[in-house]
Amino acid sequence: MRAARVLTLWIAAFACGCSGNQSALAPYGAPAMHVEHLIVAIVALCTAIWVAVMLVLGGALWRRRQPVETEIRQSHLASAVSAAVAATVILIAGMTIASFYTTRSIGLPQRGSITITVRAQQWWWQVFYASSATTRGFQTANEIHIPVGQDVHVQLESADVIHSFWVPSLAGKQDLVPGRSNSLLLRAEKPGVYRGQCAEFCGLQHGHMALMVIAEAPADYTRWAASQSADAMPSLAPDAAAGRMAFLARPCAACHTIRGTAAIGNTGPDLTHVGSRQTIAAGLLETTRGSLAAWIADPQTLKPGNNMPIVPLTSAELQDISAYMESLK
Amino acid sequence: MKENIVLDLRELPADGLGTASPSWWGTLAFMLIEGTGFALSIVIYLYLMSLAPRWPLGVPPPNLAAGTALTALLMASLVPNILIARWAREQDLRKVRLGLIVMAVLGIVPLILRAFEFPAMHVKWDQNAYGSIVWVMLGLHTSHILTDAIETLVLTCLMFSRHGDTPRRFGDVSDNAMYWNFVVATWLPMYACLYWIPRL
Amino acid sequence: MTDLGKAGLADTALSNTELRRALASTWSAQPGLWGALSTVDHKVIGRRYVATAFVFLALGGVLSLLMRLQLSQPEARFIGPDRYNQIFTMHGSNMMFLFAVPVMQAMAVYLVPLMVGTRNIAFPRLNAFSYWIYLAGGLLLWIAFVVDTGPDVGWFAYVPLSGPQYGIGKRADIWAQMITFTELSALAIAVEIVVTVFKQRAPGMSLDRIPLFVWSMLVTSFLIILAMPAIMIASTSLILDRLVGTHFFNPAEGGDVLLWQHLFWFFGHPEVYIIFLPAVGMVSTIVATFTGRPVFGYLAMVMALVATGVLAFGLWVHHMFVAGLPRLGESFFTASSMAIAVPAGLQIFCWLATIWAGKPIFKTPFLFVIGFIVIFVLGGLTGVMVASVPFDTQVHDTYFVVAHFHYVLVGGAVFPLLGAIYYWFPKLTGRMMSEALGRWVFGLIFVGFNLTFFPMHILGLEGMPRRIYTYQPEMPWAGLNMFVSLSAIVLAAGFALFFFDAIRSARWGAVAGANPWGASTLEWATASPPHPYNFAMPPVVSSREPLWADAVTLPVAAGLRVDRREVVITSVVEGTPQAREASVGHSIWPLWAALATTLALIWSIFSPWAVVWGSIPIAVSLIGWFWPKGAPEDES
Repeated sequence: MRAARVLTLWIAAFACGCSGNQSALAPYGAPAMHVEHLIVAIVALCTAIWVAVMLVLGGALWRRRQPVETEIRQSHLASAVSAAVAATVILIAGMTIASFYTTRSIGLPQRGSITITVRAQQWWWQVFYASSATTRGFQTANEIHIPVGQDVHVQLESADVIHSFWVPSLAGKQDLVPGRSNSLLLRAEKPGVYRGQCAEFCGLQHGHMALMVIAEAPADYTRWAASQSADAMPSLAPDAAAGRMAFLARPCAACHTIRGTAAIGNTGPDLTHVGSRQTIAAGLLETTRGSLAAWIADPQTLKPGNNMPIVPLTSAELQDISAYMESLK
Repeated sequence: MKENIVLDLRELPADGLGTASPSWWGTLAFMLIEGTGFALSIVIYLYLMSLAPRWPLGVPPPNLAAGTALTALLMASLVPNILIARWAREQDLRKVRLGLIVMAVLGIVPLILRAFEFPAMHVKWDQNAYGSIVWVMLGLHTSHILTDAIETLVLTCLMFSRHGDTPRRFGDVSDNAMYWNFVVATWLPMYACLYWIPRL
Repeated sequence: MTDLGKAGLADTALSNTELRRALASTWSAQPGLWGALSTVDHKVIGRRYVATAFVFLALGGVLSLLMRLQLSQPEARFIGPDRYNQIFTMHGSNMMFLFAVPVMQAMAVYLVPLMVGTRNIAFPRLNAFSYWIYLAGGLLLWIAFVVDTGPDVGWFAYVPLSGPQYGIGKRADIWAQMITFTELSALAIAVEIVVTVFKQRAPGMSLDRIPLFVWSMLVTSFLIILAMPAIMIASTSLILDRLVGTHFFNPAEGGDVLLWQHLFWFFGHPEVYIIFLPAVGMVSTIVATFTGRPVFGYLAMVMALVATGVLAFGLWVHHMFVAGLPRLGESFFTASSMAIAVPAGLQIFCWLATIWAGKPIFKTPFLFVIGFIVIFVLGGLTGVMVASVPFDTQVHDTYFVVAHFHYVLVGGAVFPLLGAIYYWFPKLTGRMMSEALGRWVFGLIFVGFNLTFFPMHILGLEGMPRRIYTYQPEMPWAGLNMFVSLSAIVLAAGFALFFFDAIRSARWGAVAGANPWGASTLEWATASPPHPYNFAMPPVVSSREPLWADAVTLPVAAGLRVDRREVVITSVVEGTPQAREASVGHSIWPLWAALATTLALIWSIFSPWAVVWGSIPIAVSLIGWFWPKGAPEDES
């Protein structure tokens, strides 16, 4: 009876696990698809094994016994146990081989035609795109765009402690280890927004360190890269212009870079095109004027312990700077 | 349950010696623990070396004089050590007392030579990972020489006291001798690692 | 028959009642507080150890309920990130270092001497010392937590997060030093067990006649001896990096971040087998007693234990599959991690064969064994899953792994332990626990456990990482998390009922005889609870199941002295008597030595000079410990 309950839960869970944009069971990239096939196969096999063992247990416990039992032949028991061990060896070997085969299918990251360097920080993602034939190199944060259907080589570094880069719908995870450079193959087969999250405990705000991977048609990707590599366009709107002045006058510029202005701080994320990103604060809030204002006004309540201090601003400055941030598309 | 006597133990000796002594086995187990520790320290050394572009890191290989002299002294100390182990088995109190005084001295002199080995490494523990591992390896072994020396001193006092002349105390002496063999034996691969691997 | 003159008074000189009176006087602890502090009786120390470990279990359980409260809703504000990080670190560290390993060792401290037919464990004072050191380590950790200085870096404290640059204050140092305390106490017991099993067995108890529980504790003790040095070195190196500026884990100066992981997991993987193998021994014992027949395949079971122990040292890299190591190396560890399923499977099949061929008696201890098989097999199979590198790249550091290790640890160790407590409770206390309540305890814990932890597999596959203090409302995790948190209450209720029954039964449970279950091993030949001297005369053994061979008469050996504490020393393989060895009596020196060691270790969290100055009280206490006192035990 308990088994049936557990089984129903499993089925129901599988049903709802097959949606969402951060699920290993809803893969949209070739590496994640290979792993998902392996997951389904191994889980199915292991479920069958577990059920078989439970049936034998049930039989052993509740089989009909005579009032006076004749001793079961040792040799029969020995044969049964030996057969079970042999079956175990064969099944284990099979799963090992399937695992090796999956690794081989995924392939090596270095074959990627595009290289993106991700440098993990407590608690956000610094992203570097190398210069290419068509665009200058540029820096961004917390949001990665990739062209659909192409292998992307993600180079993984860390500025402080160990983090882990994990976008389950596209690929398995890989750690970013200080003092080492690791690599991951990323690839999306369909356009979409794929969420990832840091998967190695990295301190106070490990739970709020998400990232977005946006896969686009190659033409759209090229357009995006071109606009990202450009400097910030000065905005004509009066509040945004005032915001730009306030940003440069206040401590903001000490930590943040906005290319095309005098702000060249590099402790915090590059804000040159922050308005174009879907989320801010590493996936914490949707990018709107209101959430920008809330974040700037009090980052410590929203993400306690993170490295952005509370900078006292007048309400006019706050309004203007948020308008300016929003305008940095 | 009712009891039925099937065996008489009265003729058994009143204390086991050698492998019939629990403390012999306890000493052996302790050697296994510490030996694993020494082996791990050598593995860490080799691991750090495998990652380094150059080894030793930023300093020349250690000066051979103090370490080699210490190794020679430790090897030489095995002779009186084996003798004292034999005398302990024979339960010869006079010879054991003499041997313990010799081993007490031979436990302290290496410490003086060891003091010269630290500067011979040409690096401080907080300079880099090479400095850290060589100081820890030396420190680990030094703690063994030191604790064995203190134990030998205490045993010497004990064998000169009224408690000295019992089989168990002789067992303690032979266990201590066995442990000194271990202290010398573990030094040999450490010496090879610290002084000769950088020269390969 | 006369006494032996200068050689003391032998038991053969006395009548039955005189013998028991004389033995009681020689072997009893001193009365009162002094007695409690100076006793070296393995039964007193073992019971104390078990009780303390269960206190830590309860504390750790409270921590898990706090975590489940915070995670029951997205962006909940019950517990902030700093406190939450301390709580999950404390939960893991407490359960692994202060509960799981110590409780298994404590059961061995109590049971192994009785099961091999001797009167006390080897090195009785070291046994006492081990308990005090364990208690000190536990107090250090919990007091630190209470004053908001608890470690907050996870139970395996990866660098650089726990290192000098990012691990602020003394939190990580306290964690590292707690390790030193608990490893010291564990190593001490491991040495005692090895020597007791090798040299103090009953005459006639050859190696192929020792109970499977004793085999499992012997293999476990070797695992402890060979694995714990790795974490001693790791934690010491961490303290050195933090306190005196060494660079073991600093890549900028030739150190390596992954060195920590290698050292930790080289210990960490055998650690889980250190927890599991004793449980295997408990399962074998309970299966035999409650099916009325010996476990099928004694030799196979022993080989499986040894194979598991050996293989356990070849798996550690499977904790590092996403750290960026070379593929070929990782593949080796997939193969070895899968291979360890074979000896584990062999043990399961042998137990199933035993149950099939026997007549099951569905008392509470056996219910827990059934629960063990259901839950542990599932956990073992998810272990096979995470052994695969590609599979692991999706589930490593997610709630899938949290589910996996709770299935193998709770299913594989806690269920057998609970069964073992119900089973051996009459021996330890002289009273039975409640069979009726026992069924409720089993039912609540079995259902509560599965409802709490099974959904975590799904959460992990759906993208929920570990060690997050909260999660976003837009993620599809809220429903399952609330379900899990509510189910945890059922699980907690089961444990609460267990504690209630244990405490109540110790005072008012039904009085138990010497062998209420009709079991076969030697501990059931003693009174319940046993006299201080265990056996009036050492038993002589000629089969694997001595009490089933003859349930009425116990063959014994005569000739031990009664005016001093004596045990029989026998040969390693055949169990032939070799000597009568004095067994040390009560002593306050282990407590002094433990206090001195505690002082030095805690001081060294703050200053390296503690190693120098703190050694002096330790040396003094050790000299006091070993200096002969002129007692009869020092005579020969």
